[in-house]
Amino acid sequence: MSKAFTPKPGRPGVITANDLREGFNVWMCEEGWTPDPRQATLYEDEAIAELALLKAVGQSDKVVGPYLVEAKAGPNGPEPVHFREAFRQKGPSNYFHGIQADCAQKPESANV
Amino acid sequence: MFDVRPVETDYVQHRAAQFRAQVARRLDGSLTEEEFRPLRLMNGVYLQLHAYMLRVAIPYGTISPDQMRTLAHLAETYDKGYGHWTTRQNIQFNWPKLVDIPDMLDALAAVGMHAIQTSGNTIRNVTTDAFAGAAFDEVADPRPYAELLRSWSTDHAEFQFLPRKFKIAISSGAKDRAVIAAHDIGLRLIERGGKTGFEVWIGGGLGRTPLLGQVVRDFLPEEDLLPYVEAIIATYNLSGRRDNKYKARIKITVLERGLDTMRAEIEEEFKARRRDFHGADREALAIFKDRFRAPSFRNAPVDGFEAERAANAAFRSWTDTNLHPHRVDGYASVVVTFKAPGQTPGDASAEQMRLLADLAERYGHHDLRVMHDQNVALPHVHKSDLPALYAALKEAGLATANAGLTSDIIACPGMDYCALATARSIPIAEEIADHFRAAGLEEEIGNLNIRISGCINACGHHHLGHIGILGLDRAGVENYQITLGGDAYDIPAIGERAGAGFPAEEVVPAIDRLLRAYLEVREDASERFIDAYRRLGQAPFKAALYPAQADA
Repeated sequence: MSKAFTPKPGRPGVITANDLREGFNVWMCEEGWTPDPRQATLYEDEAIAELALLKAVGQSDKVVGPYLVEAKAGPNGPEPVHFREAFRQKGPSNYFHGIQADCAQKPESANV
Repeated sequence: MFDVRPVETDYVQHRAAQFRAQVARRLDGSLTEEEFRPLRLMNGVYLQLHAYMLRVAIPYGTISPDQMRTLAHLAETYDKGYGHWTTRQNIQFNWPKLVDIPDMLDALAAVGMHAIQTSGNTIRNVTTDAFAGAAFDEVADPRPYAELLRSWSTDHAEFQFLPRKFKIAISSGAKDRAVIAAHDIGLRLIERGGKTGFEVWIGGGLGRTPLLGQVVRDFLPEEDLLPYVEAIIATYNLSGRRDNKYKARIKITVLERGLDTMRAEIEEEFKARRRDFHGADREALAIFKDRFRAPSFRNAPVDGFEAERAANAAFRSWTDTNLHPHRVDGYASVVVTFKAPGQTPGDASAEQMRLLADLAERYGHHDLRVMHDQNVALPHVHKSDLPALYAALKEAGLATANAGLTSDIIACPGMDYCALATARSIPIAEEIADHFRAAGLEEEIGNLNIRISGCINACGHHHLGHIGILGLDRAGVENYQITLGGDAYDIPAIGERAGAGFPAEEVVPAIDRLLRAYLEVREDASERFIDAYRRLGQAPFKAALYPAQADA
């Protein structure tokens, strides 16, 4: 697990977790949770992020192990900063499995 | 107290039903994740980097064709078509959904399998020599003892909350192929004065503090096995540290308290415990010895085998590397490596599992073994069947002639799957294997154990590799530390760190320099890398790894 991260202006973050029933990675977005990291809400304000994390923790009927992690703004939405998160957003490097395959199948990823 | 359960299907079915109810309670909100987590871990369910992971126990690596077919069914139905052999002779599925796991456990229970104690601070899967019951240099078949320990340790009420996980291995050959020196308890089956017993080692382990075990009892009669092992674990259960997870394994207890103190306490405890065993354990051992009796070996000519060796160079090469000598004339143990070019070390597809099940029935006396080096053995194959077996394996891409060679790499799942990993292992293993195959050096280099772990917890046993590679996160970049001189088998040794780590793209060039230097300095082709390292020390190899420093 990554070290605890707190966002601040210029060093934003996203909230991520795993889907309780199926286990796949999800990110917190305005509508709830999404398997598409580009749709994640990017937090720059520490207080708002901490509040959102509390809300995420409260949704243990949907997700497992939510945490805040550093991200950066990209042209299509938030992008990972650390390689661990980059792997979580893509999938393993030895097979075309995980999000890289799932998103290729359904580009309009639905909220969960 | 020890209870013999020759048919345990009821028990594993009961446990599967229990887990189904626990999952239902988690999903309906009756259990929080905090409450559910230890329950799922008791059933081998982890949450990994991309998904849940289910680790299924394969007791001492022994698996029947029907059980293997069940694993194939699980891979196909609930995963993405494959499973991963682990260094504890188990299998992991990387993509199960939590909601499907109760069905998976039911399917396993139907063939007497389960995922109990594949996680948590309990006694884990007992491992042993993959060639048990077959090896030419074996004192006795270790599996009845392994089964006795498995049966006794499963759900053992006293040992469900140990300070930390606990691993036991039994070795039975003149050569240790079960890596007993790197276990919490290592048992070496020996004979003394016509009696069978064990040399008992404690306090070995890898991870962040790698230590080799020490002999706590030089001869333990076989009938005292359970009371003595129980005494060791009971002693550790009380004196092992619970204040610090990183100091909680028995290796630290032995290190901090001293072997002599531990031995005195264990012997004291043993005297008391021994009185409580009234012979049920010895009766069970007799039953297990009968259960693991040898198959009816054939007595047939092996001319076809020799003729095929003479006629087929590829077959000859495979028989040179992938066979292990059998105790019965005309037989061999076959190593099927899961390290083919481009293959993730230790990954097996559903089709490959089914093929192995079929081949074991046709040519292997219905016996299969998952090996700790992430390969699978058919322990009993008559040599006259080897040409047909080889042809069938070859067609499925399972006849790579590389057992014990450079590309037969042990690698943990690393950051491609594992939530604890600090770097990837699989791509490094694939690149090293590809490089030396392309360079055509594998045969020339000969026996070499490369082992890769993607974090300090050392599931890839990197400390025991002749060349060990440890993947770390250095300021947000994958970085690989190299250790040299480790050995799991002949003279157990923990590898020594060679120097600063390498970025991912520099690992293959570094290993290339290292192995070319070895080819230069070795006395002849019979001197393996590890032998040359022992003769010459680290200096010439370090110079090859770090040429700039050597020139300076």
